[in-house]
Amino acid sequence: MEQKFKNMTALLADDDVDMITQMTLHLQQIGFKVITAESQKDTEEIIETTKPDIAILDLMMDNRDSGFILSYKMKKKYPDVPVIILTSVTSDTGMMFGVNTDEEKKWIKADAYLEKGLRPEQLEMEISQLLGK
Amino acid sequence: MATLNVLIVDDEPGIRSGIVRILNHFTVDFPFLDKEFDFNLIEVETGERAVELLDAGEVDIVLLDNKLPGMDGIKVLEYLTKKEYDCSVMMITSYASLDLAVKATNNGAYNFIPKPFTPTELKTSMEWITKNLYLRRMTKKMNTEGKQIRFQFLSVLSHELKSPINAIEGYLNIMKDGQLGENISDYKVMIDRSLERIRGMRSLIMDMLDLTRLESGKKSRDVQKVDLVELMRISKDTMSPMAIQKNVKINIDAQPEHILYTADRQEVEIIFNNLVSNAVKYNKDFGEVNCELRDEGACIRISVSDTGIGLSEEEISKLFQEFVRIKNDKTKAISGSGLGLSILKKIVDEVYHGTVSVESVPDKGSTFTVMLPKV
Repeated sequence: MEQKFKNMTALLADDDVDMITQMTLHLQQIGFKVITAESQKDTEEIIETTKPDIAILDLMMDNRDSGFILSYKMKKKYPDVPVIILTSVTSDTGMMFGVNTDEEKKWIKADAYLEKGLRPEQLEMEISQLLGK
Repeated sequence: MATLNVLIVDDEPGIRSGIVRILNHFTVDFPFLDKEFDFNLIEVETGERAVELLDAGEVDIVLLDNKLPGMDGIKVLEYLTKKEYDCSVMMITSYASLDLAVKATNNGAYNFIPKPFTPTELKTSMEWITKNLYLRRMTKKMNTEGKQIRFQFLSVLSHELKSPINAIEGYLNIMKDGQLGENISDYKVMIDRSLERIRGMRSLIMDMLDLTRLESGKKSRDVQKVDLVELMRISKDTMSPMAIQKNVKINIDAQPEHILYTADRQEVEIIFNNLVSNAVKYNKDFGEVNCELRDEGACIRISVSDTGIGLSEEEISKLFQEFVRIKNDKTKAISGSGLGLSILKKIVDEVYHGTVSVESVPDKGSTFTVMLPKV
């Protein structure tokens, strides 16, 4: 695969070690250097000192809304870094969030909201769009 | 037709009359209900007045503005959460911030609708909130009627079952695409992890069956004199394959040699298997598990100690809740359903009126003690 994101850093937060393994693999294959965190707290600590080029956050970690809180904190500190919230919550609960309309964007401070289990190509496409590549 | 009382709390008369116009002849019905709902609309201007009406009861849905002259929306929300009033709240506000959203959601607001809203948006929100309220009340009614339908439980359960499926599916897709190479050995770690997740799922299903049996089939209990020491030996045998893999030694120390107790054999097995399997699973390699059984007159004491990773006080406080798994670096590779200890506690507390307690030193080990009173 072409490494179009060479020399870029992705922050990946998920409390499921297997999701971390798989996502890390996918992200590395398209060139990213990956920093991982397995809890909201760890992620907060990383955000304090490190500015990634993109952040991919699981919604439910220590708290049910960890992803939203982290997304908010990311945007406050690094407004220009795109944030993707990744979860399987829609199919579990029937709750729907989106970030497509302006109104929704007021509530959820993320740039994309993706369902878990997406294929690596889809992931690459979403990231390309957000990073303008 | 059922009528729900809707309290509209907003200091702007224009917003209130707008809402009234939209909802006046609006009805909600669902394919799965034989009921149709309409709305009796009550308008108030302030948070203080809203609280008075809430105290008087008979409010089903609150449409709540946050920015009010005196007591603001969040304060009203906090108040009715504290009083545990059975109503659903939708925040209507133009001051949309995530801080407010998180605060309001934590205080039990069901939904938000940002101002200005269209009639369709308000109606859609009302449909959701009505459905949510109806289902919540049904659940409550069924629970008090003793029907053990637990929506909350089921929704967490589906999350717990889906996570391993997602993980395994992801690994299989990586293998299918041959992302790490052509040899099966390139995927050894992924295969091992998939098997581990399957084991976790199996144990969740087994635990679920225990729980279902506990909650529904009380008549299938078979209570008689059982020898607790013999049952502990069976648990030891059941767990020994896992113990051998980790080189953990299981010791049983019983005084007297046989302890007879009136109980359902399967329930005691669930208790013992949970205690011993946790002690093995969260142990160090080459560690020990010591099972102590003592007849103390009024009670039987069963203590199971391990030489494992131990627990902090904060972790202990969460330990017996359903689906709580203590997550840290030391436990992340260990699979479990997060149900075992909550089932154990349920049996000990509710069926045998006993107690479970934990003592633990991080990195040294934990001791779980079950006290079973003699009847």
